[in-house]
Amino acid sequence: MARETAQSTDEAAESNVEDTVVDSVESSGSTAGEPADTAGDTVKDAKVSQDTEADGLSRQLAGLDALELGGGTRGRSLLLVWSAIWPILTAALIGIAAWQLVVWSGWKETYVLPGPADTLPVFWDQMTNSRFWDAVALTMRRALVGFAVAVAIGVLIGALVSQFRVLRRAFGSLITGLQTMPSIAWFPLAILLFQLSESAILFVVVLGAAPSIANGLIAGVDYTPPILLRAGKVMGLRGLNQYRHLIMPASLPSFVAGLKQGWAFAWRSLMAGELLVIIGNTTSLGVLLAQARELNATAEMISYMIVILIIGIVIDQVFGAVDRAIRVRWGVDQD
Amino acid sequence: MTQAVTAAPSRTAAAVRLAGVSKAFGTGSSSLLALDQVSLDVAPGEFVCLLGASGCGKSTLLNLVAGLDQVSAGSIDSSGARVALMFQEPALFPWLTVTGNLELALKMRGVPRQDRRARAAELLESVHLGGFARKRPHQLSGGMRQRVALARALALTEDDGASEQGTVLLMDEPFGALDAMTRDLLHDEIERIWRARGLTVLFVTHNVREAVRLGDRVVLLSSRPGRVVQEFPVPIDRPRRIDDADVSTLAATITQRLREEVGRHGA
Repeated sequence: MARETAQSTDEAAESNVEDTVVDSVESSGSTAGEPADTAGDTVKDAKVSQDTEADGLSRQLAGLDALELGGGTRGRSLLLVWSAIWPILTAALIGIAAWQLVVWSGWKETYVLPGPADTLPVFWDQMTNSRFWDAVALTMRRALVGFAVAVAIGVLIGALVSQFRVLRRAFGSLITGLQTMPSIAWFPLAILLFQLSESAILFVVVLGAAPSIANGLIAGVDYTPPILLRAGKVMGLRGLNQYRHLIMPASLPSFVAGLKQGWAFAWRSLMAGELLVIIGNTTSLGVLLAQARELNATAEMISYMIVILIIGIVIDQVFGAVDRAIRVRWGVDQD
Repeated sequence: MTQAVTAAPSRTAAAVRLAGVSKAFGTGSSSLLALDQVSLDVAPGEFVCLLGASGCGKSTLLNLVAGLDQVSAGSIDSSGARVALMFQEPALFPWLTVTGNLELALKMRGVPRQDRRARAAELLESVHLGGFARKRPHQLSGGMRQRVALARALALTEDDGASEQGTVLLMDEPFGALDAMTRDLLHDEIERIWRARGLTVLFVTHNVREAVRLGDRVVLLSSRPGRVVQEFPVPIDRPRRIDDADVSTLAATITQRLREEVGRHGA
């Protein structure tokens, strides 16, 4: 509603206010009781009608507001990007260095464990190989379809369980139990039920991800602050309105955390599935991994593993960005 | 609210009438009597302060008047007046902007969509926060948030000028968490808004001076269970200041009475 209006005018208005605040804080100096002129004038200008009796009060309130708000911080987004990237780069370099050290130690022959210098050209070779990209496409399609189904089922179950106390008693701990169950343990059953098929993989991916998503939603609903529920009641928020305007937005941070965890489980389940359930002549990342092992092509295998790791990190970062955006909007970010 | 009005309300009808209101929580031997036979008439446009130590059921009383809870015995009649409740915490929705919070309240009051933005802006102006509509609650100071909460409560009492029933604002220690300077200014602010809008205010506090500073009448409640001990009219001209001599004198009298009441629980 409120945030649909043009962003640029909003920002202009905001920075205006903040400028005023900063000005007034500077000019008022140590005289805390005396409101600063700039802030008082700005508020007065904005008024259409203001009776003279309340004018003094208005100035005092504006002055106090200005003193309490302090200056804003902005215009450091580039710095933020850099501060997020350099630890990741450093960690990657440390990892590669450790790998190189192991190779140099002569623990294994280089045809069994090739070093970074031998692997990088192979990695690059794969990057320019269409079969590789077909494999990535298939794997991502499975991941996204599985995750989408898991979200649908997780939300449905989470909504029902958070709503009905009986269901909570019956299934609450079962959902948490499912969450801790290693997804690979489902595969024998999945293969019996669905043979070596896409369905078997989907089945396990959904079972891996849905409990986390449901649990995230349940926790969000549970931890809706009671004071907000009271405020909502005073406003007359009931039934569907209470869900739409209060409980759903209030549970969003927890829900996003559940999605993030659900994605991690889905990705793990999928990798296990692609190694175990190899279907006909399809090419997925799992199939490439298995083939590389059979051919003793360690450099290729490591290349695929790096790709799997990168995809996992990138998507985790996407969820992280969403989570941070919510935290900033709510004013609960740690910075 | 709980009782139908049997006769047409006369000019002197109370805006809120509590008759023998009792409230018990729990059942059987473990039940706790929070309010015992509380009777109180609040005249339209009156500013009444409810004063008491911990456990006097002040907040329970406001919840009952606001309709958030049901009485165990007795009746509450607010003659169809618009009732809004404000807490010690601002309880603003953190995912909405300041104006978004007000617009949601207006929506729930049935204000048409195209009017909400303008009405919210007027309400913000009335609490001297005209420039902060696009801010989020966490970007404001505690006092400013509480003023937004006040504007939201006023939004819920918006009356379209059609009804004569008036509006009742219930305030549950609204300034309890604020520093003295801010509280002082907000006393002026709530007094001004009360006068300008002709509100009926039922204001709960444990701060005796605050009660005397604001109220036309101070109602002293006992604790466990809450009963009306004594009522003190406040015959002090407005505008008042919290450090006026008259305010201090009456506050001292009431404090003495409150101490006696609290002392009964130590014996």
